[in-house]
Amino acid sequence: MCLSIPSKVVSVDREKNTAVVDTMGVKREAGLDLMEEGSVNVDDYVLIHIGFVMNKIDEEDALESLKVYHEILAKMDEEERSRVVLEDDNCENRGTP
Amino acid sequence: MSELKLKDLYDGFRDPATIRMLSAQIGEAAKALHEPLRIMEVCGGHTHTIMKYGLPQLLPDNIDFIHGPGCPVCIMPKERIDHAIALARMDDTILVTLGDMIRVPGSQSSLAVERAAGRDIRPLYTPMDALKIAKEHPDKRVIFFAIGFETTTPMTAALLHAAIAQKVTNLYFHINHVLVPPAIDAIMSDGRAKINAFIGPSHVSVITGAKIYAPLPEKYGTPVVVCGFEPVDVMQGILMAVRQQAEGRAELEIEYSRSVTMEGNVKAQQLIDTYLRARSHFRWRGIGDIPDSALELKPEFAHLDAEKVFAEVLPTEPIDDHKLCICGTILKGLAKPMECKVFGTACTPNTPLGSCMVSSEGACNAYYRYAGVLG
Repeated sequence: MCLSIPSKVVSVDREKNTAVVDTMGVKREAGLDLMEEGSVNVDDYVLIHIGFVMNKIDEEDALESLKVYHEILAKMDEEERSRVVLEDDNCENRGTP
Repeated sequence: MSELKLKDLYDGFRDPATIRMLSAQIGEAAKALHEPLRIMEVCGGHTHTIMKYGLPQLLPDNIDFIHGPGCPVCIMPKERIDHAIALARMDDTILVTLGDMIRVPGSQSSLAVERAAGRDIRPLYTPMDALKIAKEHPDKRVIFFAIGFETTTPMTAALLHAAIAQKVTNLYFHINHVLVPPAIDAIMSDGRAKINAFIGPSHVSVITGAKIYAPLPEKYGTPVVVCGFEPVDVMQGILMAVRQQAEGRAELEIEYSRSVTMEGNVKAQQLIDTYLRARSHFRWRGIGDIPDSALELKPEFAHLDAEKVFAEVLPTEPIDDHKLCICGTILKGLAKPMECKVFGTACTPNTPLGSCMVSSEGACNAYYRYAGVLG
């Protein structure tokens, strides 16, 4: 009921007050009744729920979140790598079969 | 990443490496907790994500999920389902509703059984299809059995708005829209669930704004994090709640800032205010009566209100659940699905005894489907 997947606006029909959106490669029509006039445009990212556009997705914010995750991951990988190297340096069994 | 792609929105927030990284961070942050974190995910959509991705396995032992009442199908009392059945049994009537509702058992029957018996009952993908059906069948009454939390309420209001604007006179509304904050208040004032943090449903907040949760930290001293439905969102939301608790803070935070604001969708709120008002009483399945926890049509639209227009065919007696079903206890966060005697035996998604097993957002259904994931 509650799950809705991000979609990208492909076209807008101002006459009918609807938009065609791409959701995971599937094109479908969604109503714009809950959105201020002119606020939804082609290439916008939107949330669809039971056939209506509920809201736009803030692109900058989504990018920022993803960037932060990537940075932390990269840093963790680095830490992970250095820990492995250090552990290896301190390995008591070095050279023993 | 220079620009966002649709694929990022799908995959970026489901990335296993990110989920593992957040799991490690939660594990680290949880070491500072003075008491176990009993976190209620209010929404069935969150329950579904938590179970589907096996998130409990990625969390330390001192974090426990309490599954909340945020599944509109699960909290629908049998007498309301009996209403839908009574309406569908009237001559020259087409009853339309959102898909999940069709299979929920009422006291004697379900909409699915009625449909098999020849009643004209149609699941909708979008409420707007009700308008199309009403126009195609001017000689019939089309009754929209409207369900859902704050997320789906504006769509009902938009349908009503369109019906009036287009002068469609054979479309009626049976309103069962419910509200999240009064349900949280009911569970917290009961005092037995010992919840000390919440993750709030983001899609409700997309409409209402995060402001509806603002009183909770103050009233109950609990962190509240509004978060999205992707597994990365849920893990990030849990991390934020753990950090708040460990640092002795109780605040409202928004994890899902890519779509949720404090104010919400003002146009949607205006649509709701135009057509609907608070209902003084609504009985929640398993929880009981909660004052001002649901909506009804305003009196000026009584001629479209199926509860008023067809009152003579609607049963009025409250009906309790099957004795063996503990769905009510689960909805209050006082039990887990596996504690139910009939879970997975007499009660399965194909033969649901209780409402928590019917909807994919119900706790029992999610546990049943993903039990293998959790070992």
